[in-house]
Amino acid sequence: MKNITNFIIGTGIIGLILSASLVIADDDDDKYEKKKRGDSIYSQFFSKKLDVAPVKNGLYKEECGSCHFAYQPGLLPSRSWKKMMGDLENHFDENAELDTETQTALTKYLVENSADDANYKRSIKIMNSLRNNSTPLRITEVPYFIRKHDEIPRRLVQDNPELGSFSKCAACHVNAEKGSYEDDDVRIPGYGKWDDD
Amino acid sequence: MKTKIIIPIIFLLSSQAVSANAVDEMFSEYKQSGVTNISEKQGEALWTKSFKNKKTGQLRSCATCHTSNLKKTGKHAKTGKLIEPMALSINSKRYTKVKKIKKWFKRNCKWTFGRECSAQEQADMLAYLIK
Repeated sequence: MKNITNFIIGTGIIGLILSASLVIADDDDDKYEKKKRGDSIYSQFFSKKLDVAPVKNGLYKEECGSCHFAYQPGLLPSRSWKKMMGDLENHFDENAELDTETQTALTKYLVENSADDANYKRSIKIMNSLRNNSTPLRITEVPYFIRKHDEIPRRLVQDNPELGSFSKCAACHVNAEKGSYEDDDVRIPGYGKWDDD
Repeated sequence: MKTKIIIPIIFLLSSQAVSANAVDEMFSEYKQSGVTNISEKQGEALWTKSFKNKKTGQLRSCATCHTSNLKKTGKHAKTGKLIEPMALSINSKRYTKVKKIKKWFKRNCKWTFGRECSAQEQADMLAYLIK
């Protein structure tokens, strides 16, 4: 009997420690975020480890990644990708025209892997931060993105001669290509490790 | 031992054959479009010539991103992404696909010159790039 009581108490203590660590793990500054879809500490604990799904599509890497960082489809909603892919002639003031076949294939890939239904931490947070009627074309315009980068002074990014803008994800996020954007993996060119505290 | 040598040789031969095919195909298309004289020199002149962009007022040339030395690594003017050298002599991956050649001529002529390039212009530039 005593053994059973000890077991129950022991399990209870372990349980308490576990749930406390779960709360600590959920350290993101997203207290204003609406808990719309699977954004509880439990779903984060059980969801996939990476922040966004990494790019595995060779055509996408080749066609889009030859000019810029191959942004993961999970960084924007499908409505954004559709809009962007419909106007490649004016792609942020560059001409990025593609033949119809390639354009269709890439749009399909982007939409199917967009943030809308992606079960990845950052995709969920991106979607939850967007208003239903907004269709951002730049990831840097997403409210969640802005909030996560608002403490970084201009001199480190916009006015940093080695950077110039926030759009070069992999310049600071050393594991960006793998779909990982953790704070610990940030190295700002000419500055070094970024300490969020 | 023999196979170790033969395999790279086969690979080299086949990759050269592929590049020759794409380039040959492009030149035969240009000829069909009425191009008779192809000039490396004209190609070089066009490659390094600057054009004022109507929208931004900035001067643009092929060299803006690719540098004026075809053997050097270039850099995308906006994104900063590195661009492999254009010279076929040191970058055998260049000019191996017709589709890719056409895509980049179309995009980059529009960006640089504000219009598509004629068959003559493309033929001259291609001759300069593969020399």
